[in-house]
Amino acid sequence: MPEIRLENLVKRYGNVQVLHGIDLAMAENEFTVLVGPSGCGKSTTLRMVAGLENVSEGEIYVDGTPISHLDPKDRGLAMVFQDYALYPHMDVARNISFALRLQKRPKAEIEAKVREVADIVGLTEFLHRKPGALSGGQRQRVAMARALAKDSGIFLFDEPLSNLDAKLRGQMRAELAIMRQRVQKNMIYVTHDQIEAMTLADRIVVMHGGYIQQQGTPEELFKRPANKFVAGFLGSPPMNFLDADLQDQGGTLHAVGQGFSIALPASKAQALGRTAGAVTLGIRPSDLNFDPGAPDAAAFDLKVQVSEYIGAQSVLVCQTGGAQVTVELKSETPIALGETLRFAVRPEGLHLFDRATEAAL
Amino acid sequence: MYTARANRLTPYMFMAPAAVIMAIALLYPLGYMVWGSFRDWNPSQTIGEAEFVGLKNYITLFYDPAFRESLGVTLTFASVVVVAEMVIGVGLALLLDRNIRGMSVLRTLFILPMMIAPVVVGLMWRYMYHPTVGTFNRTLESLGLPKVDWLGDHALMSVIIADIWQWTPFIFILALAALQSLPRSALEAARIDGATAWQQIVHIKIPLMMPVLIVTALLRLIDAFKVLEVILVMTEGGPGLSTEILALRISRTATEFRELGVAAAMSNYLLMLLLILTVGMFAVTKLQEARAARLARQVQEDT
Ligand SMILES: Nc1ncnc2c1ncn2[C@@H]1O[C@H](COP(=O)(O)OP(=O)(O)OP(=O)(O)O)[C@@H](O)[C@H]1O
Ligand SMILES: [Mg+2]
Repeated sequence: MPEIRLENLVKRYGNVQVLHGIDLAMAENEFTVLVGPSGCGKSTTLRMVAGLENVSEGEIYVDGTPISHLDPKDRGLAMVFQDYALYPHMDVARNISFALRLQKRPKAEIEAKVREVADIVGLTEFLHRKPGALSGGQRQRVAMARALAKDSGIFLFDEPLSNLDAKLRGQMRAELAIMRQRVQKNMIYVTHDQIEAMTLADRIVVMHGGYIQQQGTPEELFKRPANKFVAGFLGSPPMNFLDADLQDQGGTLHAVGQGFSIALPASKAQALGRTAGAVTLGIRPSDLNFDPGAPDAAAFDLKVQVSEYIGAQSVLVCQTGGAQVTVELKSETPIALGETLRFAVRPEGLHLFDRATEAAL
Repeated sequence: MYTARANRLTPYMFMAPAAVIMAIALLYPLGYMVWGSFRDWNPSQTIGEAEFVGLKNYITLFYDPAFRESLGVTLTFASVVVVAEMVIGVGLALLLDRNIRGMSVLRTLFILPMMIAPVVVGLMWRYMYHPTVGTFNRTLESLGLPKVDWLGDHALMSVIIADIWQWTPFIFILALAALQSLPRSALEAARIDGATAWQQIVHIKIPLMMPVLIVTALLRLIDAFKVLEVILVMTEGGPGLSTEILALRISRTATEFRELGVAAAMSNYLLMLLLILTVGMFAVTKLQEARAARLARQVQEDT
């Protein structure tokens, strides 16, 4: 429920600074996903919000009140841990009701609450099992139920699904999405899985090396990545990057590289604000299409090396002038391995990045 | 076929000499003691010359007030020291389970008493308890307080204090190890669930440490029943019979009273007591294993 704001949050372990001034505002009932590669500081950020790590510098505000000096228990939040962190000596019901029992709530109320959340996560028949006698997925649900039972406005998740197998993870992801609509809470969710990030988030925050790279809706980040890192991190298979130089050819700006010379759309060329220089051209595999008749200025000639069949879609691994390019297309497209074929690129699928700063142009 | 069997037997053949020596070294003295306990046996006789008296030694002991008192002293001593050591040792571990600078030095210091030879511990405490020149009474005197007759009126208490000093570190180390192997995230979850430091100890730490604590307490109990040197050096069992624990009485029965048969019977009583404790300890561990196995089976049935 509440609004959370992180202001210039810094974390140091000894002399090593692992977070460099995180600024982030999370609106009411927003589902925020922190995503990034291993070691980028996602968990550290989350644990500072939870109060499990001290804040080295900066402040955390909840509804405008600074909370970084408070104990975890006084921050009014619930958390789901990666390893579930269940209490091994308590059965499911006692795990779920632990916080309520500490608050000395009336017995009837506690029982009702336990039944309610057990019903939400589908654990009713396991209430008297110990965690040791539950499967990974069931433990995950207990952790979720325990957090739900607390009725706190803030929900923190630290990679809650990463210990599950692929199928169960997909299932739990869907359940989470449903639960998310049912409960009105402010959720912060840490993951390194970009599919979880894209499917669950209202707002994605991409982190790298202790900095926020970009934040916004999944669509914003996917369509208009702020830099090469974000562009390469979101999307699967990842975006292709090709070195190119900007050149003016007969009035149109072209991105010229080894074996290609792509004309940039006029709107894009104008927005660019430069007519020469070294850039990196980024193209998502899904923005390339097999098209033998495409004009030179909108096409790549790629030598198809491998075709990875993944069902409805196939991923082609191709070669052009020393660089590797992946193309994603419908599996029924007739492709012969080893041949050089022509692929057209969608004009809105062209992303340009400064080669030195890697910022989007 | 033949070589296959020979191969299978090879490890046992290599083990055989050690096994035989072990069996003799363990069983021979034990058998000797049991055999001797049925005889009226004087140290000047060989065991064959001693007269066979059946269960007489056991029965005499059963009605012997001195033996009963000694047994009482032993039970009091063992239960008091184990309870006190558990409380102090676990308490210290809970206090010192944190990352403060210099903590590793402190931990090492705490373990020192355990490394000193029991005879030295006994001598040390005897000097400290000395009525006139001992540290304790001199300190009391300089504070203007009355002296305490440590090894006289309060001998059992003084002996108990010395044992607590020496063996609390043992509990401390094991409790600390148990604490540090607890799942960190469960404790963090408890903090978020609103548990105070004290509630974390009561609801999470102690219950999770319990299996280790039970075994530790039983080990300590078995050891406390056999304690000898420290008390021998400090009080020799006195004054009167006030600190005469069983091990001491056994040794006196054999050397001073020259009744080997009775001493052997007494040893057997002690042995039986310890056996019960040991079996209890095994039962506890087996029970824990069985519970873990049952849980694992339940999971498999589900999936
Ligand atoms: N106790 C610590 N002492 C020193 N450095 C630490 C400590 N905890 C974390 N770090 C460092 O802080 C950085 C961020 O760690 P963090 O756990 O937040 O990463 P993460 O983004 O959650 O990664 P993952 O996806 O692997 O969980 C890492 O480089 C890590 O080495
Ligand atoms: Mg992490």
